[in-house]
Amino acid sequence: MIKTEAKLVQNIFDKPAEAPTRDGFGKGVVEAGEKDERVVVLCADLAESTRAHWFKEKFPNRYIELGVAEQNLATVASGLANYGKIPFMASYATFSPGRNNEQIRTTISINNLPVKIVGAHAGVSVGPDGATHQALEDIALMRVQPRMVVVVPADAEEARKATIAAAFNGKPTYLRFAREKTPIFTTAETPFEIGKAIILWEGENPQVALFVCGPLVYNALVAAKELADEGVSTLVINNHTIKPMDRETIVNAAQKTGAVVTVEEHQVSGGMGSAVAEILSQEFPVPMEFIGVHDQFGQSGSPSELLEHYGMGVSHIVTAVKKVITRK
Amino acid sequence: MSVYISEGKVKELEVKANLIRQTLIQMLVAAGSGHTAGPLGMADIFTALYFHVLKHDPKKPDWPERDRLILSNGHISPVRYAAMAHAGYFSLEEAMTLRKFGSPLQGHPERERLPGIETTSGPLGSGLGQSAGYAYGARMDGKKFRVYCLMSDGEQDAGNTWESAMFASNNKLSNLTAVIDRNNIQIDGMTEQVMPLEPLRSKYEAFNWHVLEVDGHNIEQFVDAVEEAKAIYEKPTLILAHTIPGKGIKEIEFDYNWHGKPPKPDEAKRFLAELRTLRGKIRSEHE
Repeated sequence: MIKTEAKLVQNIFDKPAEAPTRDGFGKGVVEAGEKDERVVVLCADLAESTRAHWFKEKFPNRYIELGVAEQNLATVASGLANYGKIPFMASYATFSPGRNNEQIRTTISINNLPVKIVGAHAGVSVGPDGATHQALEDIALMRVQPRMVVVVPADAEEARKATIAAAFNGKPTYLRFAREKTPIFTTAETPFEIGKAIILWEGENPQVALFVCGPLVYNALVAAKELADEGVSTLVINNHTIKPMDRETIVNAAQKTGAVVTVEEHQVSGGMGSAVAEILSQEFPVPMEFIGVHDQFGQSGSPSELLEHYGMGVSHIVTAVKKVITRK
Repeated sequence: MSVYISEGKVKELEVKANLIRQTLIQMLVAAGSGHTAGPLGMADIFTALYFHVLKHDPKKPDWPERDRLILSNGHISPVRYAAMAHAGYFSLEEAMTLRKFGSPLQGHPERERLPGIETTSGPLGSGLGQSAGYAYGARMDGKKFRVYCLMSDGEQDAGNTWESAMFASNNKLSNLTAVIDRNNIQIDGMTEQVMPLEPLRSKYEAFNWHVLEVDGHNIEQFVDAVEEAKAIYEKPTLILAHTIPGKGIKEIEFDYNWHGKPPKPDEAKRFLAELRTLRGKIRSEHE
C-alpha cells in the first residue's frame, strides 16, 4: 500500500504526468537563484539539454558559459565558491564528474567548497546516444570522495526540491539527473530532506525491502503493486541520498523484512546497492539482490528497450524479489 | 629607475629573499623530502609579492579585501611557507614542521589546514581556472582586490591550463595577473625536450592575453610589470618570469635533478654558507 504520509499523486498508477528529472533541476535552480543572489550557474556548452538555460534566461548576469571544457568547469566553479558564490556546474555525467574527476577531488572536495555538480543524462535511459553518453559509473565516482554529498532524485518534483536543498547545504554536492521523461509521482507536499530515505509503499508484514534511487523508484512501485496482487508483501524505500546514507531507515527495513533488493540505473559495483550492502553487512546482514547494470556499457536504443535489455524493467524487479525470498 | 619601488627598498628585499632562501633550505632538510630548485628560483618573486606587492595582513589572513595569491604549482610551497613565516603568518619554528604529521604545512598546500594559503594545490594545471573563477566572482560584486596566479612552466603542458587561459581572456578578467615561473625544467628533464612550450609568449598573446617578460630575479622589473598589469583594463596579464631553477646555490642552478629532492644535511651546510656569505664575499663565514 502507498504510504499516505508520502503524499504521492492520487493517480499514481493511472497515467501520471511525466517530465524528465533534469526539468526539476532547471526549475529548482531558478528558485534557488531567486532566493539567493550568490547562486550562479556554469555550463559546458549544454545549456538547453541540462536545462541550465532557464536560469540563463532569468539571470543572464549570473550564468557563466565555459565551452566544451569540463576540467575548467570544475576549477572555475571551485574559484567562484572559494570567493563566496554558490556555483552549480552543469554538464553530462559522463563528462562531469567523469572527465574532470581529479579537478573535483582536489579543488572541490579537498578544498571543501560548496560547489554543486549537476550530472545530467545519467543511465542507459539516455537512449539513442549510446554508451559514450550513458553515465553508469558516476555515483561510484562521487560517493568515494570524502565530504561529497550524493543525491539521486526520483522524479522532476523531487529533483526541484533536491536542487534547492543542495544550494543551501554548504557542502560539495553531486546531483544526478536523467534525460528521459518519467512519471511525476511525488508532490510538493511529499517530504524531502537530504540524508533521509522515505518509505513510499508498505505492505502488511513485508517480506522484502526494496531500496531504490532515481526514476526507477516508480518502476519499483509498479512492481510492488504487481507483487501485492500475487500476495507478496514488500516495502519500497526511495533511497535518494547515496551519501550520507540513512543508516537507520536501512537497518530498520532490513530487520523488518529480512531480505533486500536494491534498484538503480548504474553499475551494480560501487553504486547505491553497494553502499546499502556496506551498511547491512556490518549491522544486519540479510540476503540481497542487486538490480542495475552488471559490468557492461550501454548502447543505442529506446530507453524502455535498454532498461529491459540490461535487466532493470518491472519484471526484473518482480523476479529479484521472488528470488531473494527463496534465499531467506 | 622604477617609480613603483625605491632603490633602497629593492636592496632591502634582496636581503630578505636571501633569508627566505636560507629558511627554505633549513625547512627542506628538516622535512627530509620536498622540492628544492623551484622554490629557490621563485624566492625573489615571493619576496616581492609578500613584502611589497600584495595587500594583505598576516594577522588577519581572512581579511576580505586582501589580494588573493593562488599558487597553482603547489610543489614549490616551501618558498611560500618561508615567505609567509618571515611576513609573520606563523613562526619560523612552525615553518620547520613542513611535511610532518599534523603540521599545517602540508607537502602540497591545503586550504583548510593553513590560513592564508587560499587553495589546495599540487596536481598541476588547475590553478589558473580557480584564479579565473575567483576573479570572475569578485568582479561580479565590484571588489577591488586583485587575483595573482603563480604557475610553473611544466604545467603549461596541461590542457586545463589552456581552457582557463581562453576563459580568462574571453571574459576580460583584467583583475587577474598570472605569473609563469619560466625556469625551463620539469621532472623528466628540460621543458623543451619533454614537451616543447615555445613560443610561449606568442601562445598567450594568441589567446588574447597581455604579456610581459621579466627577469624573475630582478625585483624592480617584476614590481614594474605587476603595476603595468593593473593599468590594463581589457585583458588579463601574464608575466613570463625568466628564472634560474635553484637560484642562489651554484650546485643546484639549472640542474633538473634538483626538481624533487631536498638537500642532505652536509649539503645544506655548504649551501647555507654560500647563501650567508653571498658566495664568499663575506669572509667571516669562512673562518
